[in-house]
Amino acid sequence: MSGVLVVAEQRDGELKKATLEMIGKAVSLGLEGGIHVVLLGSGVSNMVASLAGREVTKVYIGDDAALKDYQPELYSDMVTTLARQIQPNLILLAATSTGKDLAPKLSAKLGAGLAPDCTDLIMEGNTLMAIRPIYAGKAIAKVSFKSETKIASLRPNVLPVPEAAGDTVPDTENLSVPSIELKGKVVQILKQEGDQIELTEANVIVSGGRGMKDPANFKILEDLAKELGGAVGASRSAVDEGWIDHSHQVGQTGKTVNPTLYVACGISGAIQHLAGMRNSKVIVAINKDPEAPIFNVSDYGVVGDLFEVLPAMTEEIRKVK
Amino acid sequence: MQVEAGTIVEKGINWILNPYDEFAVEEALRIKEKLGKGTVHVISVGPERAQDAIKSCLALGCEEATHLCDPVFDGSDSLAIARILAAAMKKMSYDLVLCGKQGVDLDCMSVPILLADLLALPHASVVTKLDISEDGKKATAYREIEGGKALMELSLPALVTCQKGLNEPRYATLKGIMAVKRKKIEATQAAAIDVDVALVGTAGSATSIQEVFLPPERTGGKLVDGASAQEQAANLVKLLQTEAKVL
Repeated sequence: MSGVLVVAEQRDGELKKATLEMIGKAVSLGLEGGIHVVLLGSGVSNMVASLAGREVTKVYIGDDAALKDYQPELYSDMVTTLARQIQPNLILLAATSTGKDLAPKLSAKLGAGLAPDCTDLIMEGNTLMAIRPIYAGKAIAKVSFKSETKIASLRPNVLPVPEAAGDTVPDTENLSVPSIELKGKVVQILKQEGDQIELTEANVIVSGGRGMKDPANFKILEDLAKELGGAVGASRSAVDEGWIDHSHQVGQTGKTVNPTLYVACGISGAIQHLAGMRNSKVIVAINKDPEAPIFNVSDYGVVGDLFEVLPAMTEEIRKVK
Repeated sequence: MQVEAGTIVEKGINWILNPYDEFAVEEALRIKEKLGKGTVHVISVGPERAQDAIKSCLALGCEEATHLCDPVFDGSDSLAIARILAAAMKKMSYDLVLCGKQGVDLDCMSVPILLADLLALPHASVVTKLDISEDGKKATAYREIEGGKALMELSLPALVTCQKGLNEPRYATLKGIMAVKRKKIEATQAAAIDVDVALVGTAGSATSIQEVFLPPERTGGKLVDGASAQEQAANLVKLLQTEAKVL
């Protein structure tokens, strides 16, 4: 047992930043045995170039039309076969809709301990420990492993991407797709309308709560988000009112986000909401109620009418760009 | 939430049925009502107090229950819990297994998918819409993914994990609550399910929580001045640019 196997995250012909975050973490752990990457998808072979200069020993590529969408049975079969062959000490996945689904499949097949949705991995002496938020981020657990093979999924957007050192492209090996009959199959991907940035991957999020008063008012959030290259989020109350789809919800029963900038508009700051966004690097709150609890966690607070402040802010940002 | 000596203080906690499990129970009841046949069986691994969660499912209309409860199960991690469930379910027959997409304690999202793999069932996770074909042989599930939905077809038996949006769970009726109030659910112990006890509980788990701590507190920052909304906005943007350096 040695080395790290990183399961690359790609979507729509693009290697996700989460892959580089995982490789960066794998390097910094300093485990013996090298870093192996497995890259599955359709038309993904050229993505190897993005892995240059990152101390990757070898990239195992499964490039086939059958792998275009994440298929739980097929992907888990291929990664398990590879893991049995190269016997890694640690398998890393991104804590995305794919990684969170694939990691338990690998854990069951390999009998390997699993720490999902981690925000960090650390070495205590020679022992690997996983750091993961629990109770929707209200507490943090330090988890140890007993199994020889260890599996962890890492939350995207939390760990840094180191600079590439040089342009040495790693060795590659092609994997063949096994012919297994799939009992469950992804048959179609239905994309959300519009060119939206996924909340969990967004660098900037502009969120609205009960203070938005009307679904039509979300337009002013969209305007600001667009100017900042960000995504629109919402509190549970706004979702429960039916103003915006649940896929935008940030918090305990929604998504956990880690943007550089989070702008909370007309959001009081219930603990369930704070759980989902408290790890944002900079938090701005705009609320007309100076007593709103959101101000207790925000770096910058604006007590004012969001219907006036937000458009003015959008205007200011246009000016400085 | 209180943490003492690296563990969460359980005293005074009000234990409830996992909210995501409510979607699973509701979906099971709706499928049964729609097909006009079938039985809804609730199964859970947990200590004595899990009885209350199981009873709340029975009060909602589930007919049968299995409570896997044995001191040797204590301290099981996700994989060990899935092994216990799989061992018990190997002796049962079913067409569809519905689970909450995750627990709201350790937030692992793992037990259902581990269970599906151990039972060699196809699965769809984080599902917001589910249809069962009229012949009862196939399920169509929409699972939440980044930027949209993945439409999956599963041959039954299969396992599905339920996400908010799948349905609107019903409330138990007074009659339902009264009917289960004094009911005693017999605990099913390790010996009854043919599980390898060396692979469950604290000793048989591949992971263990060494310590729990609270995240660093965030403190309130500065309020942005300005005589008008325009001034406030201008000052805020300046701060984000020059001080926070995020623009």
